[in-house]
Amino acid sequence: MLRRASGLLARPILAARARPFSTDLPAAQTADATFLEAWKKVIPNMDPPKTPLSFMQPRPPTPSSIPSKLTVNFVLPYASELATKEVDMVIVPATTGQMGVLPGHVATIAELKPGVLSVHEGNEVTKYFISSGFAFIHANSFADVIAVEAVPLDRIDASLVQKGLAEFTQKLSSATTDLEKAEAQIGIDVHSALNSALTG
Amino acid sequence: MAMAALRREGRRFAPLISPRPITAFRSSPLAPTREAEGPIGVRYISTQVVRNRMKSVKNIQKITKAMKMVAASKLRAIQTKAENSRGLWQPFTALLGDTPSVDVKKNVIVTVSSDKGLCGGINSTSVKISKALHKLNSGPENETKYVILGEKAKAQLVRDSKKDIELIITELQKNPLSYTQVSVLADDILKNVEFDALRIVFNKFHSVVSFLPTVSTVLSPEIVEREAEAGGKLGDLDSYEIEGGETKGEILQNLTEFQFSCVMFNSVLENACSEQGARMSAMDSSSRNAGDMLDRLTLTYNRTRQASITTELIEIISGASALEG
Repeated sequence: MLRRASGLLARPILAARARPFSTDLPAAQTADATFLEAWKKVIPNMDPPKTPLSFMQPRPPTPSSIPSKLTVNFVLPYASELATKEVDMVIVPATTGQMGVLPGHVATIAELKPGVLSVHEGNEVTKYFISSGFAFIHANSFADVIAVEAVPLDRIDASLVQKGLAEFTQKLSSATTDLEKAEAQIGIDVHSALNSALTG
Repeated sequence: MAMAALRREGRRFAPLISPRPITAFRSSPLAPTREAEGPIGVRYISTQVVRNRMKSVKNIQKITKAMKMVAASKLRAIQTKAENSRGLWQPFTALLGDTPSVDVKKNVIVTVSSDKGLCGGINSTSVKISKALHKLNSGPENETKYVILGEKAKAQLVRDSKKDIELIITELQKNPLSYTQVSVLADDILKNVEFDALRIVFNKFHSVVSFLPTVSTVLSPEIVEREAEAGGKLGDLDSYEIEGGETKGEILQNLTEFQFSCVMFNSVLENACSEQGARMSAMDSSSRNAGDMLDRLTLTYNRTRQASITTELIEIISGASALEG
């Protein structure tokens, strides 16, 4: 019965292809409505729980012309570094290399490797070194970058980086099990990325 | 819970409080009626019972007031963390949408609860919602399992759903909550539990007096692909180009694992905030109730004391008038 309902939903949403966002207001209500109805049928006495959709700001639909600014959300577990900040360009360290994102970039899901994220706004550039994470670029010139840790580049100590690199290289050569090798390799990757971030 | 205990005890002691003079021998008119000690053969009404009650109720009031202060300070500390982590799950919902009504074979319900009690009804609410979700998702070929975080939900769910419980994790808040700890936990769950959809049930912290039970859904990569092909909410996932990784499947796998750990982190923090807030209001109403009880006991105490003084005087005066006339 739920499958039929989702089939019925597909039709109006396909008609509204111009707005690919499922979190736009009308679509959001229908999604919750299926859950709400199913809940009410089975458990009529309790209020249904809330879902994340009701706590989210809806995102704007894809505009017909390319907007002039890119809206960036840069989030970490401990803070939202940048929240809906309008910038000109961001460069993210994807696993395939540094990727520049301008307004109107094609929708992409990019996995990130440890590296430098730079945010270009007018003439100023803010650089952060991020541990890995993900970057989502949506069709409406919204970019979400989620990383586990981020530090501005001026807070990194070069001597500690060198020490860490030497330590992990040594660990890799003395590693016996696959797990140890993998851990040492990760350490080397991060420290060499830190090194190149400081020098480059 | 403390309030209910106090109320029960109040009822139990009520018959004892009503002042009934304990018949004993005469006391000297100068000896006040309140002392338990006195020469043998004194006649007075004992207010000892009432005084003991007053002392214990006053202590309870002090304790619950202190617990409220402690909960308030813990809430302050953890509230900033929870609010900062709120941005973490939003990109995932923006990308993958939220599909609580998805129909899958293997559901896993992750119930987040507290380890300590005296925090109002939030744990019972979470357990009720989990059981309701279990009922909602039951069907032929569907199976629903529980992963329990916290002692309180464990105590409630073990009683009737013991066979459905996959994993129990307790002592989450022994060390201050951090993303590393939660990601290790998430890794544990992902490795040991087979799932098509994970539903995380927790209490979202709305304000100090309001906690909203919430369920967040995280789908496994295969289901994400299935829903993307079926169209509807995730239909636009195919329009996204994939950077990095060998295949789309690999990226989706990493994505869902990362999503799960981020959503878990936020939900654990929000639940901890709700726990402290609920404890604050529970302890507040408890101390207020203790204060009310103390007022009532004080009145009873004074009445008892005055009644015994009056009885003394009556006896003396009637004795004196008997001697005269």
